[in-house]
Amino acid sequence: MTTIQPGYVRRSLAEPEPPPAARQTSAARVRARLFDRPRNVALTAISAVIIALVAWPAIRFLFVDAVWNGTSRLDCLSQTLGRDVGACWPFIKAKFPQLMYGFYPESQRWRVDLTYATGIMLLAPLLIPRLPGKRVNALLFFGAFPLAGYFLLVGGVLGLPHVETREWGGLLITLVISFTGIICSLPLGIVLALGRRSTLPIIRTLSVAFIEIWRGVPLITVLFFATYMLPFFLPGSWKIDGLLRVLVGVVLFAGAYMAEVVRGGLQAIPRGQLEAAIALGLGYWRMMGLVILPQALRLVIPGIVNSFISLFKDTSLVLIVAIFDLLGQLRAAFADPTWATPSTLFTGFVFAGVIYFSFSFGMSRYALSMERRLGGGELR
Amino acid sequence: MNTYVAGDMRGAATPPPVPLRNDPAFRALLYQLALLAALLYFGYQFALNAQANLRAQGIGSGFGFLVNSAGFGVNQSLIPYNESDSYGRVFLVGLLNTLLVAGIGIALATLVGFLVGIARLSPNWLLARLAGAYVEIIRNLPLLFQILFWYLAVLGALPSPRQSISLRGGIFLNNRGLILPMPVPGNGAGYVVIALAIGVLATIALASFARRRQARTGRQFPLLGCAFLLVIGLPLATLLATGIPIRLQSPELRGFNFVGGLRLIPEFVALVLALTLYTGAFIAEIVRAGILAVPRGQTEAALALGLRRGLMLRLVVVPQALRVIVPPLTNQYLNLTKNSSLAIAIGYPDLFAVFAGTTLNQTGQAIEIIGITMAVYLAISLVTSAVMNWYNARIGAAERR
Repeated sequence: MTTIQPGYVRRSLAEPEPPPAARQTSAARVRARLFDRPRNVALTAISAVIIALVAWPAIRFLFVDAVWNGTSRLDCLSQTLGRDVGACWPFIKAKFPQLMYGFYPESQRWRVDLTYATGIMLLAPLLIPRLPGKRVNALLFFGAFPLAGYFLLVGGVLGLPHVETREWGGLLITLVISFTGIICSLPLGIVLALGRRSTLPIIRTLSVAFIEIWRGVPLITVLFFATYMLPFFLPGSWKIDGLLRVLVGVVLFAGAYMAEVVRGGLQAIPRGQLEAAIALGLGYWRMMGLVILPQALRLVIPGIVNSFISLFKDTSLVLIVAIFDLLGQLRAAFADPTWATPSTLFTGFVFAGVIYFSFSFGMSRYALSMERRLGGGELR
Repeated sequence: MNTYVAGDMRGAATPPPVPLRNDPAFRALLYQLALLAALLYFGYQFALNAQANLRAQGIGSGFGFLVNSAGFGVNQSLIPYNESDSYGRVFLVGLLNTLLVAGIGIALATLVGFLVGIARLSPNWLLARLAGAYVEIIRNLPLLFQILFWYLAVLGALPSPRQSISLRGGIFLNNRGLILPMPVPGNGAGYVVIALAIGVLATIALASFARRRQARTGRQFPLLGCAFLLVIGLPLATLLATGIPIRLQSPELRGFNFVGGLRLIPEFVALVLALTLYTGAFIAEIVRAGILAVPRGQTEAALALGLRRGLMLRLVVVPQALRVIVPPLTNQYLNLTKNSSLAIAIGYPDLFAVFAGTTLNQTGQAIEIIGITMAVYLAISLVTSAVMNWYNARIGAAERR
């Protein structure tokens, strides 16, 4: 019998490898990680060059050459200063109120600050898993806070002057849209996910169609739909606020994505749980509310936070439908001729970038820590 | 169905008849019919409102506007277009521009994503950290922010054509865009194309032969070298044999602008750059997760069999990683295509900007235009996911065998 010898099988024994060092010194570790082979040395060198090329100019721009004080563009021009000019921080200082509040009346800005403070006070204990009273806390944050925030920001009650949403802007708009999107898209997503998993054919078909339509189109078409198309469908006498239209679009869009995240959680719950609930004689809503959803939602907390991150980043799109969020205000600030200098644009982008980055990075780190916590729970 | 009657176990063999209002099947039907009726009612009201509103504002309806003359220019078009062409033509111009950006963006983002994803897993600590920093920074900034950054801050700061930054090989960079030499085919260029086609076909045939022969006899065939010769060598030889019929037309500065050459408008460059870097960061994470998803035992087993590193990656790791990578990768391709609609923020004439932007502004027919635009994106999404499901079923099947 002839045996076929494939070309990729060794015909001789390989050399034995040296035994692993019992304890490596830190110098040896550095060597192994960075300089052990010529290829590795080359990679280290290339990386170091890239880092140096990016980091040094960035540090020079942001700190060394930066202008810290001034009142107009003249203070940020290299012609007046007679040296290289980096970031023009006075520009940010001058535009700070607009980037934060838009044209919210100056005397009323404490209302925005108060809303932020309340939000943080309610949110912080909610995020720390060790603290008790989650139910009351969640009820306050998701139920009472939005109402209080609405009356505080819009006004018109308790002697607070009315502030039209047209005057809102900057980070305030970014946060209002994100927050509303988050708290409205979650219930919508849960309902849609349940609808998609339903045994009732009409409800299932409608849910699937709704989810797939919004997920299949870009957010900007949804915003255009809400801004330009929706008013046609409503009675002509209804005047809908521009911000509200955008909110409707964002919630519909985010709800469809949330539905898919929640569906993932529902699918991960073993059938036995469902059967046990049925055997106990629970009806549909009790079965879902008491048995299935509490388990499913806990499983998908990281996924939910990740959707929140996308939602937060996507709020920047509202500037295309003329709502001035942080990025929109930044763009408007660039158009101001009193601050037109070569470094204005970079300065503004760095400032807004740091804000966007801190929020999304913070959220993603939180999702990661939750994921570890949940993963650890399963191993136990 | 689900009748939870506790008395069943003890009492009579046949359960007592359930009143109709407690019958789950009846209830299900009732709820669904109620929902349907409500939807139909609202739909009807919406239609009535739309009719009244359109009449009140004097806006036409129907798709007749598509044949009307558009009357506006478009600063990049793959097909001949001028201002007197119809809105239908504008739609086509926009669609092609969207597909162009999406196609180039997908190719480049895949390249960036795989390189960065593999770099993140590199044993070199510094390189892995560098790739990690890139991914974290890019993923946590909004895409629109990045598009505006590249367009306004970076490309906007470029000098005028007269002070262009001149790169090697007749490439110029200025605030009118990136200007490249354009290859102009001369006589006999057709032969090169034919040679390329022959090379590709021969390679496919050869690959099939090599696979069958290896399955039969176990003997390997130097496929890679042959493929290289056929696909690159053969057209190159033809090119030389026919006396290099392709000439590079370099751009020249005349007056205030460049003449000749291929000009990529800055909007296009900024959009492709931002989409590539943004999607590339997401693809990098997918690639990393895919490679990590292949159990270590697989690598060790392949090494124990004596496979060299390249063969191990190609025969053992990559096929298994791809099964994890491909579904989310397609998702990213779809995202990139949908995100290309952000072009409207910087004025790149993609489908959304010229159709849902300018055309909507001029005609006011929001219902038809936004409807068509959403339908196009939806169609792209549905076709892609259909192809995806087919592919997934194919590579998924390999697991079950």
